Amino acid sequence: MERDEQEATMSEPTKTKYDRQLRIWGEVGQAALENASICLLNCGPTGSEALKNLVLGGIGSVTVVDGSKVEIGDLGNNFMVDKKSVGESKAKTVCAFLQELNDAVRANFVQENPDSLILTDPSFFSQFTLVVATQLVEDSMVKLDRICREANVMLVFARSYGLTGLVRISVKEHTIIDSKPDHFLDDLRLNNPWPELKRFVETIDLKTPDPIAHKHIPYVVILVKMADEWAKTHSSNLPSTREEKREFKDLVKSKMVSMDEDNYKEAVEATFKVFAPRGISKEIQEIIDDRYAEVGSNSSAFWVMVAALKEFISNEGDGEAPLEGSMPDMTSSTEHYINLQKIYHTKAEDDCLSMEQRVKDILAKVGRDPSSISKQTIKSFCKNARKLKVCRYRTIEDEFSNPSAAELQKCLASEDYSSAIGFYILLRAVDRFAATYKNFPGQFDGGDREEDASRLRAIAVSLINEISCDGYELPEELCNEMCRFGAAELHVVAAFIGGIASQEVIKLITKQFVPMLGTFVFNGIDHNSQSLTL
Amino acid sequence: MADLEAPQSKTRDLDKLLLRAGNLVGPDFYPGAELRDDIRDYVRILVVGAGGLGCELLKDLALSGFRNLDVIDMDRIEVTNLNRQFLFRQILLLEDVGKPKAEVAAKRVMERVSGVEIVPHFSRIEDKELEFYNDFNIIALGLDSIEARRYINGVACGFLEYDEDDTPRRETIKPMVDGGTEGFKGHARVIVPGVTPCFECTIWLFPPQVKFPLCTLAETPRNAAHCIEYAHLIKWHEVHGGKSFDPDEPDHMKWVYDEAIKRAELFGIPGVTYSFTQGVVKNIIPAIASTNAIISAACALETLKIVSGCSKTLANYLTYNGGEGLHTKVTEFVRDQDCLVCGPGILIELDTSITLQKFIDMLEEHPKLLLSKASVKHGKDSLYMQAPPVLEEMHRPNLSKPLYDLMGRVQKDTVHVFGTALKNEEKQSSLTKLRVVFKGADGVTDMDTAIGA
Repeated sequence: MERDEQEATMSEPTKTKYDRQLRIWGEVGQAALENASICLLNCGPTGSEALKNLVLGGIGSVTVVDGSKVEIGDLGNNFMVDKKSVGESKAKTVCAFLQELNDAVRANFVQENPDSLILTDPSFFSQFTLVVATQLVEDSMVKLDRICREANVMLVFARSYGLTGLVRISVKEHTIIDSKPDHFLDDLRLNNPWPELKRFVETIDLKTPDPIAHKHIPYVVILVKMADEWAKTHSSNLPSTREEKREFKDLVKSKMVSMDEDNYKEAVEATFKVFAPRGISKEIQEIIDDRYAEVGSNSSAFWVMVAALKEFISNEGDGEAPLEGSMPDMTSSTEHYINLQKIYHTKAEDDCLSMEQRVKDILAKVGRDPSSISKQTIKSFCKNARKLKVCRYRTIEDEFSNPSAAELQKCLASEDYSSAIGFYILLRAVDRFAATYKNFPGQFDGGDREEDASRLRAIAVSLINEISCDGYELPEELCNEMCRFGAAELHVVAAFIGGIASQEVIKLITKQFVPMLGTFVFNGIDHNSQSLTL
Repeated sequence: MADLEAPQSKTRDLDKLLLRAGNLVGPDFYPGAELRDDIRDYVRILVVGAGGLGCELLKDLALSGFRNLDVIDMDRIEVTNLNRQFLFRQILLLEDVGKPKAEVAAKRVMERVSGVEIVPHFSRIEDKELEFYNDFNIIALGLDSIEARRYINGVACGFLEYDEDDTPRRETIKPMVDGGTEGFKGHARVIVPGVTPCFECTIWLFPPQVKFPLCTLAETPRNAAHCIEYAHLIKWHEVHGGKSFDPDEPDHMKWVYDEAIKRAELFGIPGVTYSFTQGVVKNIIPAIASTNAIISAACALETLKIVSGCSKTLANYLTYNGGEGLHTKVTEFVRDQDCLVCGPGILIELDTSITLQKFIDMLEEHPKLLLSKASVKHGKDSLYMQAPPVLEEMHRPNLSKPLYDLMGRVQKDTVHVFGTALKNEEKQSSLTKLRVVFKGADGVTDMDTAIGA
């Protein structure tokens, strides 16, 4: 977590309540959550549980939209309704419970059926940052998706159905600077040291006779020196073949004078950093080559900074992105470590200043205020330049009418995806069933389950053909289970699905970490859930 | 949607799983109202922990047809719990901070879900009699430490008995469902002692805790954490002698923070803040509501499936990562046959007259063991220790006594032996579990065979 972030605007008690989550997304992330307004469609357990997690986290405001009344059956699956509320408005009841969870959140409700609202008042949704749409059928999903894309409102779908369900984000574009990947290689430039680093390294003598000094030379110094020595005898190249890499490792090892030299052990383990290719990753290359990087007056701050990054890389960056600037811990004397830190820090700052200038120039060129992107934002962008992410999502309509053939192929080719694609198809098929027969297959105990199953199967097969997934054999067991589920909204499944939905909302709003791509298809039978990017 | 044709039932949704036959179900699934009612009336679940996972587990289980729940937790509610432990409040006149978690959690769930009975236990898990844990059908763990998990695992696996042919006796199997979370990551697993790996079988899954080398803390600190741990682990004892450091005591924490700042300034190291100091010293794990909700839901779902057989169960370890996209993975880990905790132990048949000394000598010859210089332990009692000299002398008289007597004259029981074993021509320290069965003894004291070698 960045420790030199903006001064805290939070009160001490609030800081303590949110302490455990501030350690994840910081005060900047928390502020984003507190400024967000969420609309929930349908407050059965799926929607209620999703919202519970957001309210606990301090979301700005929530508006619950649901037209139904609390029934006795709801007492068995929804924690936010109780005996007293039977017969009352479900939206009102859930809203009251949510308010109790966190009095800092503004909770409202709208007593109306979401499907009707989508048809009669699309402009309703424009006021929100994000809509969490739960338990919607195909048709409503497509319509709502159009509305939200038009209004530039983020959308997360969530559905629980027996032991299966899904979560799907729908946003035109979501750009991330602070992606916070779990594992990411540090930016030490051992394979491409700049002049100041080289000069510092030259001041340290690896052959020092003092044993204490010898074992407190940081591995950065050791490897830069060794790489240089190697290059001199290998026509300025770095080790590239397996043979060479092994030779290089042995060379480093040979400089050890005693067994307890942790710095040399670290150096040997870190030799791969010398072999790593210079320059930027394929992913970053794709981003700077994206057509959105050709900026105009309407471009977002992200793309303006990407344009600056592109220029930087081709000019003063000499193929590299701005230096990240931090160093991992390593065995070293305090003095050497602090001095090295300063060198990395200084170059990172210099690179950032260049980027700042380029950003200002680009803004001026497209007719925008050159100071409209803050220094703080540019600094964060520079630090994260190698970790940028751009997420784009197809519209629901596109996905439904023309799913990716490549992804379908992948599903057909692997046993692992068989149940995922099966449930994905069945979740759409049950909606078509309901549209034709007025209820979901197996929904009522009195019905003929076998007939429902064969009807459902017929619909599923026609859907399979429609999306050109002809090679897929829908397992009969899956189809029968779907009828058995009878559109049940089980609390535990709703809590799982709602949990995932809330997590994605948090990532989208804080613009930290990376949201899921595709549709998450839940498999509560064996937990072999999968994400399908259709 | 409402089923307008039939009278309303609270178990409207659950009934679809419990009352209807299915395809992908467990081996002993007998769908019907009786199954649902039996679960409600007779099944008892213990939830260990009433924190981030525990609160969610109680809610999930109460809304999955379980009516008889117990919850155990030794902690009191703190303000930092409130971002996710949703059963606890701090609004208007409701001030839960300071109250026992187990008691408040139980009360709140009972208030909302009518019919559920939750018995809270405000105590340490170690303070309960072993038989307490035997009263439950399933134990659901919402713990935050390896030690606590190991303890419960040891207890649950301790109930396990094996047949002569090394198959676990079904009625002694006590399944556990275990969940854990950290930030956006988590896991959920099913442990069926004797069938799936137990916690101990897969102890290698947990990486060792990071500890800084002493010389780094003492001589060459480089970052804020080094300065903090210097103050916490070294300077504190220098200045405060015997007084133990209490991380929950604000004065103690402030002292460590001030010392850490001094050291950081001395070495020119940035980054020491009060918040970071707390994080390092208390080993604070970041936690959010969503991950806890997800993992608990998975655990509760498995509990329902194990008890009812209404669907197949997780086999057997689910890892979850929601930070970089969304990834779930199921791994089927395999039991360690020689596991000291859940394994049957190597079978040794003995005469009731065999002395402890003879027994120890036999271990050296036993083809599967080849164990020399063995120390022997029976439950909590050390029967003989090879070292240190003081204890060796103390236990020496036992050597001439019959093992049968030393073990309380039971027909069979487990012992643990520790010594040097020859493995692959190398001498290694070895701790092994043995199942000792006495021939000719029926659990009744037989005076004639009890004495003498």
